Amino acid sequence: MCRNGTAGLLPSRARCIPMNHIISIRDLSRTEIDRLIDEASRIQSSVSIDQSLKGKILALLFFEPSTRTRMSFEAAMARMGGTSIGLDNVEASSMAKGETLADTIRVVSGYADTIVLRHPKEGAARLASEFASVPVINAGDGAGQHPSQTLLDLYTIRQSMPLEGITVGLLGDLRYGRTAHSLAYALSLYGATLHTISPKGLELPGSITDELRENGAGIVEHRDISEIIKELDVLYVTRIQRERFPDSASYFKVASSYRVTTELLDGVRENLIVLHPLPRLDEIDPGVDQLPFARYFEQSRNGIPVRMAMLRKVMG
Amino acid sequence: MKRDARDGLLINPIRDGTVIDHITGGEALNVLKIIGITGTTTESISVATNVKSGKMGRKDIVKIENRELVKEEVNRIALIAPNASINIIRNYKVYEKKGVEIPRVLAGVVRCPNPGCISNTNEPIDSKFEVLPKGLHCLYCDWIITKDITSHLI
Repeated sequence: MCRNGTAGLLPSRARCIPMNHIISIRDLSRTEIDRLIDEASRIQSSVSIDQSLKGKILALLFFEPSTRTRMSFEAAMARMGGTSIGLDNVEASSMAKGETLADTIRVVSGYADTIVLRHPKEGAARLASEFASVPVINAGDGAGQHPSQTLLDLYTIRQSMPLEGITVGLLGDLRYGRTAHSLAYALSLYGATLHTISPKGLELPGSITDELRENGAGIVEHRDISEIIKELDVLYVTRIQRERFPDSASYFKVASSYRVTTELLDGVRENLIVLHPLPRLDEIDPGVDQLPFARYFEQSRNGIPVRMAMLRKVMG
Repeated sequence: MKRDARDGLLINPIRDGTVIDHITGGEALNVLKIIGITGTTTESISVATNVKSGKMGRKDIVKIENRELVKEEVNRIALIAPNASINIIRNYKVYEKKGVEIPRVLAGVVRCPNPGCISNTNEPIDSKFEVLPKGLHCLYCDWIITKDITSHLI
């Protein structure tokens, strides 16, 4: 089952990943997550010039659009003295000629020291890790996993409060939102209480809530954010995607009732932080940007130290 | 001696091959499917379905001539017939008798129901599922099949 001498696909929890791939937050133990966040923190507070990846080459294979993830991986690599090579136009690649992802990965393994992959198919990064002879970092596979986003979400929370036992509201499209799924899973490792607030039909899937409960997380479902907003330490907002609705009218009706406004945040906990993986549409009123609760741009900036820590983990 | 029709249907003993007994009633055809026996394969097969059984109420039996199932094939059967017993027959005698054991990982047996899963593309891989108490967990996309596994057999 193993290709290229790696452990390949083994059952979850027991997945042995000797080549340091980072495919899913589920592959990381709480200790490993803590170590990565600690490392990101050290990187961010360091003033010395970092050349730890000088001479290394990072391949960025993006088969789907990306702004933040791609640029922040590139910036992270540059900040450690490394070089990036990239592919962001599938039309110009051999994939357009029908080459399999497996072959592309084998070829690119010969050009770079690590591959960062974004792909529309779920499990693409797992497949890539089977065929690669260098570490693979998953930068999002369809509706599946996006571990660097989860790590920077956790990092941003930990800048404001310890991760242990916090109360987190997850607002928006919780059915299809992969960032919310991964974050909920990671928070369950820290004994969080999760309050989910989502439109009908976009609730957190039952299989995920069952798993979170098995991990020891408390989960409470709400239809209205105002029921719970005053009890939250973290409000994590995700985009409600227009394409999930039959027409624009029904989208706007639902989207407006899940909008975070300055009025909604009246009387909330003083230490509340509001996060969003971005890009946002109408979920957060721009007026909220000026409030001390708003941390989503900081969260986005934190992509640099967190991805530096990830790159150092796999190549250092 | 001429056989009396009232004795019921006779399935002849096989000289060499495999007898799969104690299959969950009605699952015999799925057992054949799971071990890759289709209408186009050449084996001589005898199938008895919903036969009275003291232990199981109703059971199915499959006899395959001139083919000895290997361990991996046997264990696939456990997915749909966890009580099945396998008898390897040589020269009309039971050479080996074994139970089935649910494997930890199933490769190339079940198709992932998630249309967005990479295992449903032209990539050179087999589907891979981890067998968990709650169902089959796709090791590529994390989808979990909790029911009606037979409808997902490849």
